Amino acid sequence: MSSLAETKAAVVEEFSMFDEWLDKYEYLIELGKNLEVFPVELKTDERLIKGCQSRVWLDTQVQDGVLRFRADSDAIITKGIISLLIRVYDGRSAQEIAADNFDFVEQIGLRENLSPTRANGLNSMIETIRKEAERNV
Amino acid sequence: MHLMDIDQIRSQFPQLKEKVYGRQLVYLDNAATSLRPVSVAEKWAEMSLRHNSNLHRAVHKTAVDATEEYESTRAAVAAFIGAAAPEEIVFTSGTTQSSNLLASCLEHGNFFAEGDEILICEAEHHSNIVPWQMVAARKGLKIKVLPIDDRGQILISELGNLLTPRTKICAVAQASNVLGIINPIRKIADICHANGTLVFVDGAQGIPHLPTDVKEMDCDFYAFSGHKMYAAPGTGILYGKRSLLEALPPYMGGGEMIESVSWEKTTYAPVPRRFEAGTQNISGVPSLRPAMEMCKLLAGREITAETERVKTFLLGFFSAHPDITLYGNPDDPAEKLPIFSITVKGAHHEDLALILDKMGIATRSGQMCAEPLMDGFGVTGMLRASFAPYNTMQEAVYFTECLQKAIDMLK
Repeated sequence: MSSLAETKAAVVEEFSMFDEWLDKYEYLIELGKNLEVFPVELKTDERLIKGCQSRVWLDTQVQDGVLRFRADSDAIITKGIISLLIRVYDGRSAQEIAADNFDFVEQIGLRENLSPTRANGLNSMIETIRKEAERNV
Repeated sequence: MHLMDIDQIRSQFPQLKEKVYGRQLVYLDNAATSLRPVSVAEKWAEMSLRHNSNLHRAVHKTAVDATEEYESTRAAVAAFIGAAAPEEIVFTSGTTQSSNLLASCLEHGNFFAEGDEILICEAEHHSNIVPWQMVAARKGLKIKVLPIDDRGQILISELGNLLTPRTKICAVAQASNVLGIINPIRKIADICHANGTLVFVDGAQGIPHLPTDVKEMDCDFYAFSGHKMYAAPGTGILYGKRSLLEALPPYMGGGEMIESVSWEKTTYAPVPRRFEAGTQNISGVPSLRPAMEMCKLLAGREITAETERVKTFLLGFFSAHPDITLYGNPDDPAEKLPIFSITVKGAHHEDLALILDKMGIATRSGQMCAEPLMDGFGVTGMLRASFAPYNTMQEAVYFTECLQKAIDMLK
């Protein structure tokens, strides 16, 4: 498994290839469509992340000393973003995630180019992942 | 009146020339807030830069000028909506403050007794639901819902059955911010009045599109927001029939809302100043005058004809599209404003709005401050494209092309 820094750098590198926002969205939509199926019984209110215009569910498990994330959304671009977050943070230790600054989100231009309501949603997703990590340190 | 063609009108709204992400902005979020014409911005700036002074108090020239600007705006608003006198116009910060002011003053004026009822239309904006719920919770009132049919039209046949001797007020929009449907206010008012029920009309969406006459509608109270009809944000009005306003206690205390103040007994100014405590929106309120002038210009024949073409085109496009459901589709298209809320099979409203944004088109996605209505239709949100009279057929066509591209991307 690549290191956290390497994975983040790979994501930033991938996004640097897109000049056009619509191409970034095409890519996020593709990622969203390929996100691992989220069991319907996990779509509970406790797993629902507040602050998003679209609904987002996040499930966190501790397995062999690392955090495992699964998530879903009813909006496909959000699912694409989730897919990126999972790719970067799934299977890492709680300590490593809690210590991270989630800077790659800005580097790929997601935070400032999504609408403030969506940015709130993105912030809520990141906050939830960070809190889950801190809780499990 | 001087007639202007649509290009001349559009040149009055500089934001229409803005670019976003390098693309021409197509602004279709007018139901949230309209763009401002130069005339409004100029009046607004003029009030700040030349006539700034507090109102109704000082004897100096600048104060007199500012007060004159403010009070002549009140008279102009009264004339614009057909009120009997300027005293029937209370300036507020917008429709939300108007409905809160009314609900609060009715409550404190002991208008309601425990067990009384308030009737609210199912399609209302939260601003015409929540203030009434708050009063209902404090006073032990019952909220009843006036339903709409699946095309979005008020089930007027139900109105008589819902009214009881305890129904004190009916709260309904002139036109829905989601469905764009123009409600039959006069009919509603006649039925309510026969029952002794007052009628409050939220005109936030109606005023920029419809010739509005409160006497013709025969509503008891009417509210609108300046920012949705080209004026400065933070302006708005509550109209009330004079005898009704006079029966109400003040809303907030302080400033020029008094007649005299003493430790023993404070008495209050006559209407409407009784409801205007504190320093008013000195710069913003006079901008309602050029805004109303703009409303009149935009009601011209050529502009109205273009809006009708846009409406016919979009109603046709949405009805023919296999994946699109349009909410608010009245039997007679004349009963709909150019506000189009849709859901698309297989595409989330937020995804559509995000992609359209990157194509330069400003739309709204989500629940549009009408959660009970969304629940009623069984959806978590919608995509709304709301047109103003300055929007063109060309923009409507571009919107449908981009919407189709967005749908294809998401499929």
